[in-house]
Amino acid sequence: MRIDEHVEVATPPEAVWHYLEDPENYLRFMAGLTHWEVAGDRANGLGARYRILLQVGAAEVGGLIEMVEWNEPFDIAWHSVTGVDNRGRWRLRSLPEGCTRIEFRWAYAFPGSGIPGLVTELAASIPVRRQMRRTLRQLKQQLEEVSARSPAGPAG
Amino acid sequence: MIGEAIPTAAFRYLGERISAGSSGSLEDRDPDYIRKNLPLLWLLATVYFRAEVRDLARVPADRPVLLVGNHSGGNVIIDTFVFSLAFSTHFGVERPFHQLAHNLAMGWPLAGGMLRKSGTLSASHDHAEKALAAGAPVLVYPGGDWETHRPSWHGNKIEFGGRKGFIKLALDAGVPIVPVVSIGGQETALFLSRGNRLARALKLDKTARLKVLPISLALPWGLNVGDFLGHFPLPAKITVQVLPPIDVIERFGADPDLDEVYEFVTDQMQMALDGLAAERRFPVIG
Repeated sequence: MRIDEHVEVATPPEAVWHYLEDPENYLRFMAGLTHWEVAGDRANGLGARYRILLQVGAAEVGGLIEMVEWNEPFDIAWHSVTGVDNRGRWRLRSLPEGCTRIEFRWAYAFPGSGIPGLVTELAASIPVRRQMRRTLRQLKQQLEEVSARSPAGPAG
Repeated sequence: MIGEAIPTAAFRYLGERISAGSSGSLEDRDPDYIRKNLPLLWLLATVYFRAEVRDLARVPADRPVLLVGNHSGGNVIIDTFVFSLAFSTHFGVERPFHQLAHNLAMGWPLAGGMLRKSGTLSASHDHAEKALAAGAPVLVYPGGDWETHRPSWHGNKIEFGGRKGFIKLALDAGVPIVPVVSIGGQETALFLSRGNRLARALKLDKTARLKVLPISLALPWGLNVGDFLGHFPLPAKITVQVLPPIDVIERFGADPDLDEVYEFVTDQMQMALDGLAAERRFPVIG
């Protein structure tokens, strides 16, 4: 199951990037996120690993994820190492007047679980999509708050 | 003559199944099998039972612990499945985790195999100690069949029946106790009686090591005696609350009074259960 949501913010891509590359910010805007911890020596960048947990329905799902793409200031992508098989991506693209389109993609699967797995993928897409939309709303709010505090933008 | 022979043969068969269920191999646990079943468990727990597991992060992530739960739902122990799902998704299926179950559950040909692959061991002090020594958290239900078959109107009571073996287990293994309190399981059917007198009258304690012969009203059987084949559970909302770890030696000293520890643990659990009960407005709905 792949879910794709987006939002447009009045912040340039570089500033959005600086906000997203800091692992400490994720607990501030990711809906349902109960745990986000750096696992290993690298706090960010290609190969950085995090242990994450998201409350989805009756369980916290997640596990260890690894950054597999780190293309400043356009794309951050990750794959799961343990836990639910998933891959995700932040895709930042500039819009006129210093704005950014932020796309949040998340794909997950339950290989080997047969028909129950497929039904669960479908059923889980409802709360997951809701959480992704809330995440983007909260991210937009955070970026605007940081911009308001600092005229130089979130990076400043 | 035939009327007497059939129940006798049935109880003998139960006794054989119970003997067959005595298994304690840690190697039977299969993480891939558990992973494969998580989606179905998640679906049932989320959609059918609207389950919630709170404060799982209180379980230490880096050491073995003895998880002590209250047991509900007759032989269809939904709260165990809900907790096991939450544990496996929170810590990952890679972290060893074992539960103890009655030999009867372990002895059924199909269910026993599934339980073994899920990490379940037949209930014994030795099996639990072996799992804890290997570094795995172990989930036990001291109340066992006595508690899980209590009448539905005792649903909000901790009834361990004075069983204190779990305290000795925690002391022997040198691990903290983490109480796990759940509510809702006793609303999956209308449990009428443990049938402990009936079990004694039929000498089940001797022929099949069963101290109870529970009687309930449950789907699809209607009047359900024994619950040996389980039942179709009503969609009761299940809530599970994990309490802070209790280090028995730190709190009660190196040679603690077991009665005092028992009172403390069950009081903590009862207070938490009272809190969960106060949140519920309706039976089943939650």
